[in-house]
Amino acid sequence: MASISAALLDLKRLDQLASGTTFLHRLDARAKVLATLVFIVCVVSFDRYQISPLIPFLIFPAFLIAVGELPTRYLLGKVALVAPFAIAVGICNPYFDRQLLLQLGALRVTGGWLSFASIVLRTGLTVGAVFTLTALTGFPAICRALQRLGMPRPFALQLMFLYRYLFVLAEEGGRAAKARELRCFGRKGSGLKSYASLLGHLLLRTWQRAERMHMSMLARGFSGTFPEQVKARLRFADVAFLSIWVFLCIALRLSNVTHSVGALFTGLLP
Amino acid sequence: MHMADALLSPAVGGIMWAVSAGTIALGSAQLRREQDDRQASLMGVLGAFLFAAQMINFSIPGTGSSGHLGGGLLLAVLLGPSASFLTIASVLVVQALFFADGGLLALGCNIFNLGVIPSFLVYPFLYRVLSKGGISKGDRHLAEPVPGGAPGKWRETAAVMISALVAMQLGSLAVVLETGLSGISSLPLERFLLLMQPIHLAIGAVEGAVTVAILSFVRKARPELLRRAPAGNAWRSRFAVLLAFLVIALVTGGFLSQLASKNPDGLEWSLSKAGGKVAAPGAGEGVHGLLAQLQEKSAWFPDYAVKRAAPRPLPRGAGALPDAASAVPGVVGTILTLALVCVAGALLKKGKERVETPDA
Repeated sequence: MASISAALLDLKRLDQLASGTTFLHRLDARAKVLATLVFIVCVVSFDRYQISPLIPFLIFPAFLIAVGELPTRYLLGKVALVAPFAIAVGICNPYFDRQLLLQLGALRVTGGWLSFASIVLRTGLTVGAVFTLTALTGFPAICRALQRLGMPRPFALQLMFLYRYLFVLAEEGGRAAKARELRCFGRKGSGLKSYASLLGHLLLRTWQRAERMHMSMLARGFSGTFPEQVKARLRFADVAFLSIWVFLCIALRLSNVTHSVGALFTGLLP
Repeated sequence: MHMADALLSPAVGGIMWAVSAGTIALGSAQLRREQDDRQASLMGVLGAFLFAAQMINFSIPGTGSSGHLGGGLLLAVLLGPSASFLTIASVLVVQALFFADGGLLALGCNIFNLGVIPSFLVYPFLYRVLSKGGISKGDRHLAEPVPGGAPGKWRETAAVMISALVAMQLGSLAVVLETGLSGISSLPLERFLLLMQPIHLAIGAVEGAVTVAILSFVRKARPELLRRAPAGNAWRSRFAVLLAFLVIALVTGGFLSQLASKNPDGLEWSLSKAGGKVAAPGAGEGVHGLLAQLQEKSAWFPDYAVKRAAPRPLPRGAGALPDAASAVPGVVGTILTLALVCVAGALLKKGKERVETPDA
C-alpha cells in the first residue's frame, strides 16, 4: 500500500525540518506558538467578503519560510493538498449567494465568489501558518511549550508518548496493510472480515508492547515526566519576535494596507 | 469530518477551544486521581495505533468505496471515558500539526466533535446503558462478575451500532452548527444538514460494523482486556456536572457570538471597546444592514447570514455596491501587495543564501 508509506515519509520529512539551525528554529517554542495563534485569529476574524486585507498577511508565512530556510515547493504542495472540507463547503457559496458585490467593467462578481475566494485564501494562510510552525519548531518542543503555557501534565505526557510511537506503529500498520494487499485479488479479500482481524492483531500486539514498555520504564526508574535537555527561558529575541508579529498582525488587521497601496498607485497614474 | 479554520469565526473557535481545554483539564485530573501508571504507556501506544489504523482502508462490498476505523467508540470501550478522550484529543493534535487536518483554531471544535461526544456523552449515557445487564456465556464461570458485566453478543452488537450511529450524527450536527454559527459559509443550514446527516449515517454504520468486528475479535482473543474499563455508576454523577458545565459554556458561547456578530466582528468589537479606532468597513458591511430585515424573517439564527437561498434583487444605495472608483484600488492593491510579498520572500531567501556562501 503505497499511500501509507508515502504518508509516513511525508510526515518524517516535516518532522526532520525541525532540526534546522536557523535563527527561527532557535527561538523559544512558546513565542512561535503564540505568534501563530494570534496570526490565525487575526486572519479568521475578517468579514467573509474580505479578500484584499488578507493579502498582506501572506508576509508571515513568507517570512518564516524564507528566513527559516524551509523548502517552499514542498510546503506549498502540502498546503494545496489539505482542507478539502473547507473547499467543498466553500464551493457552495457561489451557488447560494448570488448577490452582486463588485463590478469591474463587464466583470460582475457575486458575494458567493468573493466569500469562496476568501475561504480559499483563509485556508492557505491558516494551513500554511500551521505547517511553518511545525516545521520550525518540531512536535516535542510544541508540546513542551503548550505544557508551560498551562496544558495539564498527563495530556503533555500522552502527546509525547504518542509522538514517540507514531512512527513505529505507522510502519507496523503499513507492513500489515502491504501484506494484506499482496494476498488480495483486486477488491476480493480486502473486506471487513480480514480488516477486523488485521486491526485486531495490530491492537493486541500494541497492547503487549504497552505492557513491555511499562515494565521497562519501571525498570529504568521513570518518574512520570520526560526529562528536558535545556531549561528554556524566554530571551530578548523571543519576546521581540512575539511582540513584533503580534503588533504587525493587529496593525494589518486594523488597516487595509492593500487598499492604501492600490489607492497610492492609482493616484499616481494620470 | 474535520472542521476547518477557514470556515470558523474567532468567537466560535475560541469558545470551542475553551470547552475542549476545560474537558482536557478535567480528564487529566481524573486520570491523575486514578493513579494507574500502566495507563500512560497504554494510552500513548493506543493513540499511535489509532493513527496507524486510520490509514488502513477496507473495501465496502457493493459500493466500490472504502472505509476505515474512526476509533472513538472503540477506545472508549477499551479504556473508559477520560483515557479514551485524552487519547483521541492527542491524535487530533498530531493531525492538526502534521497534516493540518482542521487547523489550530479548529482544534477545539474537532476535539469536541470527535472526542468529547463519543467519550463523554455517547459512551457513558448511551453505550453503558444499552449494554448493561445480560451476562455473556464467557463470564458465567467467574466467581465475581465485573460490575455491569460483559453484555451478550447481540446486545453488545446493538449497543455498539446504535452508539456509533448516534455519535456520528451528533458529531456531524456539531460540525453543521459550528459552521452555521460562524457564518463564513453561505450554505443554508437545513441544506447543509440534509447533506451531512445522511452521509454520516453511512459513516456511522461503517464505524459501528468495524467496531463490532474488532471488539468481538478482542473478546475472543483476550477477553480480559474488555473488563478494564471503569464501571459507569460512579462516573455518571460526575458527568452530569460536566454536562451541565458544557451546556452553560455553549449557551454563554452562543450569547457571546451573537453579541460579537451584531458588531463589526469579535476583534474589532473588543478593540473598539478598548478605545482603539476601528478600520473602515469592508465591502460586505454596507449590505449587512440592508439584508438584516430580510434575513430576520427567514433565518434560523437571525443574526447570522446562514440562510440565503433565494437570489435577491440587487441592493442599491447606501454604498451597497462599491463603484469602480473604490473597487479598482482594491484590485490593484491586491496585485501589488501580492507581488511585494513574493519579492520580499525571494529577497529574504536570496539574502540568506548570500550570507551563507562565504562559509561554504
